[in-house]
Amino acid sequence: MMEFISQTWPWYVSGTAVAMVLFFLLWFGKEFGTSANLRVIVAALGGGKFSDFFDFPWKTQMWNLAFALGAVVAGYVTMNFIAPTPHLADISQATVDTLNADYGFNLTYGEVPILPEFYKSWESVLTLKGFIIIVIGGILVGFGARYAGGCTSGMAISGIANLQLPSLVAVIGFFIGGLVMVNYILPYITNL
Amino acid sequence: MKSIKFIIVGFLFGITMYMTEALSWFRIFEMFKFQAFHMYGIIGLGIAIGIVITWLYKSGKIKDIDGNPVIINDKAKTYPRYIIGGIIFGLGWGLSGLCPGMVFILIGTGNLVFVIFLVALLIGTFLYGALRTKIPH
Repeated sequence: MMEFISQTWPWYVSGTAVAMVLFFLLWFGKEFGTSANLRVIVAALGGGKFSDFFDFPWKTQMWNLAFALGAVVAGYVTMNFIAPTPHLADISQATVDTLNADYGFNLTYGEVPILPEFYKSWESVLTLKGFIIIVIGGILVGFGARYAGGCTSGMAISGIANLQLPSLVAVIGFFIGGLVMVNYILPYITNL
Repeated sequence: MKSIKFIIVGFLFGITMYMTEALSWFRIFEMFKFQAFHMYGIIGLGIAIGIVITWLYKSGKIKDIDGNPVIINDKAKTYPRYIIGGIIFGLGWGLSGLCPGMVFILIGTGNLVFVIFLVALLIGTFLYGALRTKIPH
C-alpha cells in the first residue's frame, strides 16, 4: 500500500482532486484562489498604509489563510511520511535531453530529483542565477497574479470552469509569458 | 473551529500537488516544452470536472453547506489587465517553475529558500498595489 502511494500520482487522480478542492470551497461558500492570500498577507502586514489596494477587510479572508496553512502542513507530512527518499521527478527522456543539451543541466533519465539544484538551499539566492530565479521570478509571479486577478487556481481552474472569457485570456497570457521565458530567456539564466 | 475544514481541504490540495509533482520546477519546464501530457491532464481534467461542478452550483442544483444558493461573481471585462498581467505571471512561472499554491506546500518541507520565494511574491504583490493606478487595466 505504502509503495503504491509513494509513486508519482497519475494526472487523473490529481485532476480529480483539484476539482474536489473546487467543489468543497464552493460548498463552503468560498472561491478557489490561492494567490489572493498574498494580498491578505500584505494587508495584514500593514500594506494599507501605502496603497488602498491593501486597505480592505482582510480578516474576512482568514479561511483562505487556513487553506494555505493546510497546504504547508501537507508539505511537511508528505515530505516526511509519504514521499520516497530520494524523491524523483518522473519527467520524460525528451525533457532530460533538452535540459542537458541547451540549459546547462547534467541529468540522468530516471534519476532526476524533484527539486533542481538552485532550490536545494537558501544560499543559492546569493548566486546570480539563484537570485534571478528566486527573487526576480517571485516578484514577477506575485505582481502578475494580482495584475491578472488570479493565478493557476483562480484563473485557469475556477475561472475557466465558470466559462469566464477573461480567465481564458489570462491563461493564454500565462502561456505566452511561459513560452517566451522557457524558449528565449531561460537558457541564458540556467547556463550562468 | 470554523477554520478546520479549510485546513483539511488545503491539506488535500497540498498532498496531491506534491505527489503528482506539480510543485517540481522540472514538471513546469516539461509543460512549457510540450514534452509530456502530465500537467495538461491535471489542469484539463480539473477544468472539465470543474465545469460540471460550477454549473451544478450556479443552476441551483446544489446549495452551499448552509443551504444558500452559491453565487459566483463574473470577472470584470476589461482586457488589458488579463493579457499583460497574464504574460508577466507566465514569465515568472516559466522562470521559477512555481505558482503561488506550490510555494505554501514547499514551505512545509522546511526549506528556507521557499520562505525567501514567498517574500519575493509579497514584494511583487505590494508593487502591484503601489503601481495599480498607473498601469493599464
